[in-house]
Amino acid sequence: MEEHFPMKKIMDDQGNLIDSSYANDIDEDLVKKLYYHMSRIRLFDRKAISLQRQGRIGTYPPFEGQEASQVGSALALDTDDWLFPTYRDHGAMLTFGSEMTRTFLYWNGRAEGCVPPEGKNIFPAAVPIATQIPHAVGAAWAEKRKGTKNIAIAYFGDGATSEGDFHEGLNFASVFQTPTILFNQNNGYAISVPIEKQMHSKTIAQKGLAYDIPSVRIDGNDVFAVYFETKKAVERARAGEGPSLIEAVTWRTGAHTTADDPSKYRPVGQGDNVVHPIERLENYMKNNDFWDETWIAKMEAELTQEVESALEAMEEYPPAKPEDLFDHVFTNPPSQLVEQKESYLDLIGRE
Amino acid sequence: MNVKMEKQSEQKQTTHQLTMVQAVSDAMKTMLEIDDTTLLLGEDIGKNGGVFRATEGLQELFGEDRVVDTPLSEAGIVGTAVGLAVNGFKPVVEMQFMGFVYPAYDQIMTHVSRLRMKTMGRFSVPMVIRTPYGAGIRAPEIHSDSAETIFTHMPGIKVVCPATPYDAKGLLIAAIEDPDPVIFMEPMRSYRAQREEVPTGKYTVEIGKGEKIQEGTDVTIIAWGAMVPVAMQAAKQAEERGMSCEVLDLKTLYPLDRDLIAESVQKTGRAVIVHEAHGTGGLGNDILSVINDTSFLYLRAPIERVTGFDVPVPFFALEEHYLPSPKRILQSIEKVVHF
Repeated sequence: MEEHFPMKKIMDDQGNLIDSSYANDIDEDLVKKLYYHMSRIRLFDRKAISLQRQGRIGTYPPFEGQEASQVGSALALDTDDWLFPTYRDHGAMLTFGSEMTRTFLYWNGRAEGCVPPEGKNIFPAAVPIATQIPHAVGAAWAEKRKGTKNIAIAYFGDGATSEGDFHEGLNFASVFQTPTILFNQNNGYAISVPIEKQMHSKTIAQKGLAYDIPSVRIDGNDVFAVYFETKKAVERARAGEGPSLIEAVTWRTGAHTTADDPSKYRPVGQGDNVVHPIERLENYMKNNDFWDETWIAKMEAELTQEVESALEAMEEYPPAKPEDLFDHVFTNPPSQLVEQKESYLDLIGRE
Repeated sequence: MNVKMEKQSEQKQTTHQLTMVQAVSDAMKTMLEIDDTTLLLGEDIGKNGGVFRATEGLQELFGEDRVVDTPLSEAGIVGTAVGLAVNGFKPVVEMQFMGFVYPAYDQIMTHVSRLRMKTMGRFSVPMVIRTPYGAGIRAPEIHSDSAETIFTHMPGIKVVCPATPYDAKGLLIAAIEDPDPVIFMEPMRSYRAQREEVPTGKYTVEIGKGEKIQEGTDVTIIAWGAMVPVAMQAAKQAEERGMSCEVLDLKTLYPLDRDLIAESVQKTGRAVIVHEAHGTGGLGNDILSVINDTSFLYLRAPIERVTGFDVPVPFFALEEHYLPSPKRILQSIEKVVHF
C-alpha cells in the first residue's frame, strides 16, 4: 500500500527544493510568514513546558516537532473557515487566530481558554479522541447548506484513526460530500503505543480509500508540502468537490504530556535523525538568500515580547469566579441550579 | 381533557384527532414549515418515514436535504449534528430506539451536554434527540430500554417524556425551540394507544412543568410516559377500594417540577413513585430526594417505589413481569395508605 501513497516532499532535510514545480509559488513573503509562525508557536510551546515545571500552569502536551504540520495547514485556511483541534493543536489554533493569553489560560484550567475571538470559528480543543471529526463534518455540512465557500478542518493524531468517530466522521463526509479537510498528524506514537501496534495498515492515507476520499501522505515536517497540499485540499473543498484526507508524517520531539517520560516507551536514539522542521526551513532560507540576521533578531525580540506579555496577562487575569461554575451550563438555568449556586455562594461568602 | 380544550379555545385553533406518533410527526412538520434551520436526521427517516412512521411523508414535503436519511451511525449522527447546531441549524435527531443511543453516549456526554459551559456560552447546542423508549410492545432484545437516568445525570441537558398526544406535540415544539439540548423520550407503547384532540399549527407545553392529572387525597402517585396510563389504572382500582389517589404526570424528567411534587405530597402525606427503568440509580431516587428536601415532615408513611427490577430489560416473553403493573402499584398504594 505504501507505493500507492508515496510520501510527498517539496524540500529535503537540507532545505533543497526537490520538486521544482513549486519554485515560483515559494517567495520570500511566504517563507518568512511560515518561519515566523513556526518560531512563534515553538516559543509558546517551550514557555508552556517551563511554566508547567514551575507549577504556574497545569499538565501540558507539547507539540514541538510538529510546527510545520500545524502552521502549514493553518495558514492554508481563510479567515471564515472552521478549525476543530485536539489538545495538541494549540500551535494551529494560535496560527489561525486564537489569543495567546487565552491559550495560556486554557492550560491553567480556565474555561476562558476555550472562547475564541469574536467571529473566529475555532472550536475548543477536543480531549476525547476523534470526537471532533464528526463536528467538523457537521459544521462543513452547514456551510455547504448555507451555500458559502467556507470549509472546516479537523486535526487528529494517529491513534484517533482507531476510534469509531474517525470512521463515522469520514463516512459522513464522504456520503454528504462535505467541504472538510481531515488533517492527520501521524507523529508515530499515541502516548506510548507506536504506530505499528496501533494498526497493521502501512499508512493512514489508505484509510481514506475505503471512503473514496482523496487522500495523500506527506512529509509533515516539510512545511511547503503541508502548506501546498492543504491548499489543494481546501480549494477542492471550496469548489464543491468534497472532503480530503491528509496524512502528515511528523515526529513529536518530546513527551505526550508533561506527565510522562518518553524514554520509558521509545527506544534510545529513535527520532535522533529527524531534522527539526524549523531547522529545515532555516536551511532553505540560507540556501536561497532569505536568511536575514537582522530580521531574525527583530522577529525573535518581538515574539519574546509577545509571549511574555501574554503570560503576564494570563497571570494578572482576574481569578475564576465561582458563579462561572453555574452560569453557563444552560441558557436559562433551572431553579435547582440557581438554588445550588445561591446557597453555595452564601456559604463561601459573597464578594 | 377539559383544561386542554379550554387552552385550545383560548388560542382559537382548530384541532384534529391524533395519536401520539402522529402528534410527534405534526410537531416536526410544524417546525419544518416555520423555521428553515430545522433539520431532521436519522436512520430510515426518509422514504421509510422512520421505523415507527414518525417522519412519514416529511421527506416528500421538505426534501432530502432537510429530512436526511443518514448512515447507520449513531455517534456520527449526533457528532455531525453538533457541528450543524453550532453553525446555525437546529437538528432534530432520531435515535431509532433508546437502546440504540449508547454508541452516541460519548458525543452526548463529552460534547452535547457541556459545550455551552466550557465555552462560557460562546457555542451552544440547540439539538433535540428524539428516541422511542420502553417495553411492552413485544420488540426484540435491546429495543425496550428506558435509559432516562443516563441523561438526567448528565448536567447541561434537559430530558422530556410526554404521556399524551397533546403534550407530545407541545413539548416537542418547545424542545426544538429550546436554546439547549433536549432528550425527547417517546413511549412507544403509547404511540398509537389513544387519540386526542390536538391543535393544528404551533403551540408549546412548558418544559420543566408537570401536571396533576387526577385530584385525590390519600396518596400521590408520580409517573411519566408509558407508566401514566398504568398508574391511572391502579388509581382507579384503589378508588374502588376506597383510597383516593392524586396522580402526577411529570412530563419533564430534568429539571423536575419540584413545586408540583411538594404541593401534592404535602397534601396527601404519602407517595408512590412509578417508573419502568430499574430501581437502583433510577429517577425515583431523585424524586424521593425532592420529597425529602421539601416535604419530610408532612409524610405519614415511607415512600414506595414501583419500578422495573434490577435486571436487564428481558426478552419480551417476560416483559410483562418486568414492567410495573397496576397490581404492583396497588400493592404499594395499600402499603402506604395502611402504614
